[in-house]
Amino acid sequence: MVEAVVQNLVFGILLGALYGLAAVGIAMVFGVTKLLNVAHGELLMFGGYASFWLFKLLDLDPFLSLPLTIIFLLLIGAVLYQLLFVRMVKMPEEEKIKNTMLVGFGLTLILSNTALLLWTADDRSITTSYSGAAFTILGIRFPYVRVAGLVISLICLFALQQFLRRTYTGKAIRATVEDWEAASAVGIDVHKVYLLSFLIGTALAGVAGAMVSVSFTIEPAMGMHWTLKSLIVMVLGGVGNFMGTFVGGILLGATESATAFFISGNYRQVVGLVLFLLILIFRPQGLFGAKGGKQ
Amino acid sequence: MLKVNDINAFYGDLQALWGISLQVDEGELVALIGPNGAGKTTTLKVITGLLKLATGSIEFLDNDISKATAHKIVEMGISQVPEGGRVFAGMSVLENLELGAFVPEARPFKDESLERVYKIFPRLEERQSQLAGTLSGGERQMLAIGRALMTKPKLLILDEPSFGLAPILVQQMFEMIEEINKQGVTVLLVEQNVRAACELAQRAYVIENGQIVGEGQGDDLLSFEAIRSAYLGEKG
Repeated sequence: MVEAVVQNLVFGILLGALYGLAAVGIAMVFGVTKLLNVAHGELLMFGGYASFWLFKLLDLDPFLSLPLTIIFLLLIGAVLYQLLFVRMVKMPEEEKIKNTMLVGFGLTLILSNTALLLWTADDRSITTSYSGAAFTILGIRFPYVRVAGLVISLICLFALQQFLRRTYTGKAIRATVEDWEAASAVGIDVHKVYLLSFLIGTALAGVAGAMVSVSFTIEPAMGMHWTLKSLIVMVLGGVGNFMGTFVGGILLGATESATAFFISGNYRQVVGLVLFLLILIFRPQGLFGAKGGKQ
Repeated sequence: MLKVNDINAFYGDLQALWGISLQVDEGELVALIGPNGAGKTTTLKVITGLLKLATGSIEFLDNDISKATAHKIVEMGISQVPEGGRVFAGMSVLENLELGAFVPEARPFKDESLERVYKIFPRLEERQSQLAGTLSGGERQMLAIGRALMTKPKLLILDEPSFGLAPILVQQMFEMIEEINKQGVTVLLVEQNVRAACELAQRAYVIENGQIVGEGQGDDLLSFEAIRSAYLGEKG
């Protein structure tokens, strides 16, 4: 019994790491540009398909093809930003959020239907020679591909934090988050910062999508599901604290698994929304967010 | 050095500036004074590229900067200290200063500039690893000015540097501004503290309801009847 509980928890955490990674992407974009990109899940889906087709057609290992997947997503991100989001980024904050939601939902429909047309509604997943393999510690199974998902998520997170903390460009991003007018007063091109942040968010969605395609399944309508998870996790962890966001993802994954195990699989999706409401009611700044916020 | 020619600017449908013209020559310390809401900050926004002007032109070192973006204008050598300082509160004092040297023109001189800023504001060196948000009001203002100096400006624009400071600090702040000007940085100072600004500046412009209504030598302005009654509370 204990073993089953722990096993369940481990699977929850490993899934939660991907929720976390997806959420860090959406939080990065929202935190810097205040654009709420509800099509983030669709970008993740495209990351999954990129990885899948690279494997299927070119026989490229999904882990080795990650750089290609990222480049593909950066291209999509750049086109979407220059075509759509750049028009909204200059609006006042409240208008910005409303307008990005409208455009984002439209984009969601377009992107998921494009995927449907191109690749049919079939569930797909990448099955490599090592897909089923796992190592066992104290009777608990750790599938390699899922552990790799966790490790890659952590690497992305660590790289992002170092980038923001240590590099000039990273500091410029943080400065823009704090006060874009003061940032432009020191000569920071805030529009470049916005574009860069959007691209970082897109790249993270791509990585998360690739990880989903090796550990789970992908299909054209998966985007909304992942956007929803990302939003829940972002609110859970608090905006502006990526470590907190990531831990929020793991927490959601673990809670979902526990619910499915102890109560019923039917309630798996509900628990996240309940958590979401509870956080909004009792701790609107998020579990790890600072009280009050900046503005 | 800076020539503002007959500019008009709007906030939406509302006209905020009506034909403003002013000029700052190299090495000068010029003040722009006027009551709250007169258009002082708006004028600065137009100069620094944060607000687009409708008509008129702005020249800096004989280049037209009317259509330049905010960061380009900084690269050309105009640096503004925004009202209230607006330091990056969540970052350390040193990081704030480093960000001042963000533009490619200033980055190679980062260490040199840092030394210079620490010389003018030794307090900042003592606090360099502290978060800017934990500084006192006066220290924040120093940091904001220091950050602006890190961009190696030819023209330094200060928006209400005395705002919110205790009188003793205001005095010190103005002495530091004078010192910076003596080091060869041209200064455009926007102030509500009319007496102090006029005493410090070589020339001053008076702005009211979005128009320039007076201009003169700093000291002379203080003896103007209109200024005395309007800003210094002295009935003529």
